[in-house]
Amino acid sequence: MATEEKDIQKKPAQNPVETERTRSRKVFLPKVDIYETKDSIVLIADMPGVDENHVDMTLEKNILTIAGTVEPEAFPGYGAAYAEYDVGDYQRAFTISDEVDRDRIDARVKNGVLRVTLHKAEEVKARKIAIRAE
Amino acid sequence: MFGPGIWRFGRITDPMTDMQRLQREMNRLFSGASELYAHDFPPVNVWRGEEGAIVTAEAPGIDPDKVEIAVVGDSLTLSGVRESDVLKEGESYHRQERNQGRFTRTLQLPFQVDSGKVEAKYEKGVLRIVLPRAEVDKPRKIKIKSE
Repeated sequence: MATEEKDIQKKPAQNPVETERTRSRKVFLPKVDIYETKDSIVLIADMPGVDENHVDMTLEKNILTIAGTVEPEAFPGYGAAYAEYDVGDYQRAFTISDEVDRDRIDARVKNGVLRVTLHKAEEVKARKIAIRAE
Repeated sequence: MFGPGIWRFGRITDPMTDMQRLQREMNRLFSGASELYAHDFPPVNVWRGEEGAIVTAEAPGIDPDKVEIAVVGDSLTLSGVRESDVLKEGESYHRQERNQGRFTRTLQLPFQVDSGKVEAKYEKGVLRIVLPRAEVDKPRKIKIKSE
């Protein structure tokens, strides 16, 4: 890739300060499916190029962040001729409701797909009050 | 010598249409990044080298045993199916952004492929197909003899 031209002029800062990633690489929003079952919420994210060693999941307060890093494709002796997709990292965050049991979150990665199962807390299940029609 | 005379050969019939085509192409390019990309699944990147080409495709969550890769002459066809979870009674989607279902894509390569030597690998949701150029189709170097 051609080296980018460096700007000599100072750049004005954003206020409030915008946080940036230390690595200068493209970041994409992974496509997700989220569905709810009786006792869990299942989140499935497409993150091609990511394996179990390159995915991070953090839960802070009620924000679940998923992030994946992807090494760019490069084939020595070959040059890019046609491109339909870009390679970059993934990042996306979701707010999680209180009904999720914070200690029981399972995550698996297979074939570039991250599957997170968020189990619902027992007490929430019990707290459901049945309303009958008269 | 190369003045207006060349038009008479009919090779360049109408220079204006070429210009218009170029302009249309440029407008398409700059009208939005999304226009650049085909909407077919899976998206592919093609790499070219002297020995042939490498096609990579982002197809996360597919069963590699159910992907069919067919190479005929200079065309490559990828087909398969992407299955989604089957929801039971009382379960519902909050979001459904991932594409699913059957897919078929055919790419035409700029050379004949040696179909016996094609190699494909599926790793981390990315399909990589190495397509070597057929020996008969490779350009021959012609030596110029000097006397």
